[in-house]
Amino acid sequence: MSVETAGRAGVSRFSAGALVRQPLVIALVLIVALLALGEMLSPGFASPQQILRLLIVAALLGIVAAGQNLVILGGREGIDLSVGGVVSLSAILAGNVMNGSDAGILPAILACLAVGALFGTFNGIGVTLLRIPPLVMTLGMLGVLQGLLVVIRQGVPSGRAAPALAEFVTRPFLLGLPGIIWLWLLIGVAMAFLLRRTVFGYRVYAIGSNEQAAMLAGVPVRLIRILLFTLSGAFAALAGLCLIGYAGTSFANVGELYMLPSIIAVVLGGTPLSGGKGGYTGTMAGAVLLVILQSILTTINIDESGRQMIFGLTLLVLMMFYGRGRAMRA
Amino acid sequence: MSASETTAASRSGIAGLVERFPFLPALVILIVLLALNGWFQPNSLGFRAITGLISTYLALMMLAVAQTYVVYSGDVDLSVGAILSLVNCAIVVLMERWGGGGGAVLAACAVGILTGLACGLLNGVVVAVLRLQAIVATFATSILFTGMALYVLPVAGTPAPTVYWRTYGGRFFEIPFVFYVVAALAIVLAIAVRARLTTQMLAVGDDAFKAFQSGLPVTAIRLKGYVLCGLFSALAALCITGDTASGDPLVGGAMTLYSVAAVVLGGTALSGGRGSVGGSVLGALIIGLISSFVFYVGTPSQWQNLVQGLAILLALMLGILVTRRVRA
Repeated sequence: MSVETAGRAGVSRFSAGALVRQPLVIALVLIVALLALGEMLSPGFASPQQILRLLIVAALLGIVAAGQNLVILGGREGIDLSVGGVVSLSAILAGNVMNGSDAGILPAILACLAVGALFGTFNGIGVTLLRIPPLVMTLGMLGVLQGLLVVIRQGVPSGRAAPALAEFVTRPFLLGLPGIIWLWLLIGVAMAFLLRRTVFGYRVYAIGSNEQAAMLAGVPVRLIRILLFTLSGAFAALAGLCLIGYAGTSFANVGELYMLPSIIAVVLGGTPLSGGKGGYTGTMAGAVLLVILQSILTTINIDESGRQMIFGLTLLVLMMFYGRGRAMRA
Repeated sequence: MSASETTAASRSGIAGLVERFPFLPALVILIVLLALNGWFQPNSLGFRAITGLISTYLALMMLAVAQTYVVYSGDVDLSVGAILSLVNCAIVVLMERWGGGGGAVLAACAVGILTGLACGLLNGVVVAVLRLQAIVATFATSILFTGMALYVLPVAGTPAPTVYWRTYGGRFFEIPFVFYVVAALAIVLAIAVRARLTTQMLAVGDDAFKAFQSGLPVTAIRLKGYVLCGLFSALAALCITGDTASGDPLVGGAMTLYSVAAVVLGGTALSGGRGSVGGSVLGALIIGLISSFVFYVGTPSQWQNLVQGLAILLALMLGILVTRRVRA
């Protein structure tokens, strides 16, 4: 494994071998291959409408994965298992605040982002000030969020999306692409800028690759790590908001479908769970890859059991292409 | 922070004790919870209630032990719940197909245990030999195992033979069957704690590279950890089958994360290198006691999950903070 940041390795040295090993390149090749396979298995799979639908689903996953990506980049076993709970909570909250009227969209956005950021900040405080391992802290928070969902659901209808929001997520907005895809691209550009061109971004890589050194160099390690978790909560909340625009109404624990897949998308995008290297562009490709794979499996005519077995095995094979751990040598 | 450098003997009082017995904070939390339960509902400390608690949570205790054997060496297994589901479905279907007699039950259990071992072996190969990242790789295998469980038993509901759950819920010489299982588990774990493999796994978890340099077969040790994890997940499946008396391809889904929580509650460090299987058993019991406590206090039903979630989070934080303060 090269020590360099995955995204930059291609710039600094032009060799075919290195290029082929780029996670982003691997993901893009696999995406094209899977689309071709899908088209072969069921004609029309790679039609523009279908690809658009896949991209909308991928955008939802990709937005959750943005926050997950940041937390993982920050290192020290950074991981956020609570994103699933935040997505569900945000979807319910948005549904109830909007309750089918366009006037409620702005309050819904504010409420969701605030709640998501709040839970993210709790995670961040637990991880930094109390030094609870992220896996444990966010796992515990997931339990709290799931309990909170039960309380909220009781007696209160889970709400409806505002028509304008549904339109934003599902109808073409600009150049034939729905608003959510533009939003996702915007997030992609913003994340690239944040990570590669700002002090904050450099500090994230610094604490992710060597926290001790970063601390000695004067990086406010704790503050940055709290902010990463805050952002993760906010991104998950944003995804929940968009999700209700996509689905129309929120149903039980929708967010759980995003918890581990968001981590898989990050890993398939070339960011190792040890943090400190990688980036969001790869994660976006990872999210698309994951969604296409799931979609192909639903088009082929086999049982749910066979689908799951193939999905699990394919994920294992895909992971073989990416950074495997170093072998021990004396 | 290596445990061996500051030996327990050189440290005084409570600090030394926790250093030597990492499960002590869990034991304190457990006793406090028992006392609280007894305070609010005296019957909850009765023989019948304790038997009920153990037969319900025996599966989680086994699953927590399973998880501990991979956490020892710094790994994690997110597929334990799926292995449990697969073995649960496999034995229920086999017992039914083979007629449901005593011989069929024993044969099915043997097949179930072999299935668990095979699943653990696959996880070990994927994580230790192929060196994929444990969290995502075992999530992928968990999808595979869930698919296999769905293949064996597409819908929940096939009942286990009467002889099976009668035995699990029954009594021998006036003592409930589950108590014998707990005693057997305690003896096995007490022997296992002294086994060389346990020390080796902890050494790998403490610092895999140092362990490798001192000549330990790191890959083989991690692999064995996953195989043990598969074995205990299968045993957990035997317990849950006795408790629910039926097969369900999704029964273990929610239990994976509880098993991780139980391990942490038991004082085992997720980073590896320190911990005890006994602590994980206590951790599983803590989770059980928290949920019964929430019930006994009279929490309105829709608030129970939230209070339980908060209490588990609090216990997790408390355990980690106490352990750290003592070690610092």
